[in-house]
Amino acid sequence: MTPDNDNKTLIALAEKFGESVIESKIDRGDAVAVIAPGAVHDIIAWLRDQHDFKMLADLCGVDYLPREPRFEVVYQLHAMGRGERIRLRVQLGGKAPEVATISDLYPVADWLERETWDMFGIVFDGHPNLKRILMYEPFEGHPLRRDYPIERRQPLIGPRN
Amino acid sequence: MALKPLLGDDNFVTTRLDQVIGWARKFSIFPYPFVTACCGMEYMSLSSSHYDLDRFGAAFPRFTPRQADMLFVVGTISHKIAPLLKRVYEQMCEPKWVVAFGVCTCTGGFYDNYATVQGIDTIVPVDVYIPGCPPRPETVIQGVMMLQEKIANGKQDW
Ligand code: SF4
Repeated sequence: MTPDNDNKTLIALAEKFGESVIESKIDRGDAVAVIAPGAVHDIIAWLRDQHDFKMLADLCGVDYLPREPRFEVVYQLHAMGRGERIRLRVQLGGKAPEVATISDLYPVADWLERETWDMFGIVFDGHPNLKRILMYEPFEGHPLRRDYPIERRQPLIGPRN
Repeated sequence: MALKPLLGDDNFVTTRLDQVIGWARKFSIFPYPFVTACCGMEYMSLSSSHYDLDRFGAAFPRFTPRQADMLFVVGTISHKIAPLLKRVYEQMCEPKWVVAFGVCTCTGGFYDNYATVQGIDTIVPVDVYIPGCPPRPETVIQGVMMLQEKIANGKQDW
């Protein structure tokens, strides 16, 4: 979709990837694009190599229950040379949220994707070591999902409920 | 004062063994600071010169639990670190005391969530609870003095 603004990166992105860019806009001064799950790896590789977005500032998950598609993965990219930022959002369905890893493009994504997996249960296809990073291995479920019971405690030692 | 001396004619003192040991012990506390979070800042101010925990004989932190007799649990305890806290406690020799420093250790504080232990007394026995987020050094000093009373007046093992 062609953006209704004059952000050069968003225009180039829409020209290059066409249908894979579902929405693009300027949200409170930041360039934001909603992209199709299948195109994540290609788009980010292209932004990194052609548009100098050499830094992955953050990668995180969001749970929008009860909306469907329920989950979002948000990528914040930063072009160090000119101080430009772009935010990419990918919407994923609730049944088996899965998206391609970008840990081969940005080594920092390794731990960020593990955190997103740990907290939201979003699978990053192709990740070399997708296991829990904050919670302990015996922990069941993903605590930042909105349907994780707020009272549920899973201590390693001490009283359980 | 726990030592209740009775000065005799020839300048001798009579007391009970329990009392004299308690009196010695209460001024010879070796804390092990188990510092995990923001309360550690207050612990630093407490143990440095301005508030001077040394006045209570409790200034010299030992960084191995085997040489300590007071476990200062300072900061939020997550479920992930709880087994380590228990292990540190078990490594300390008797007699030993535990001080819960800050609301996080007393009850979990405002971290009423999946990650935080809701009071370290679910894991180890606690002698003194010091509330506050973080507690003022004066509050901690009061807690340490209460612990001293407890040490001095308790039954002593030797
Ligand atoms: S009681 Fe307050 S200051 Fe102390 S560790 Fe908890 S949150 Fe931090």
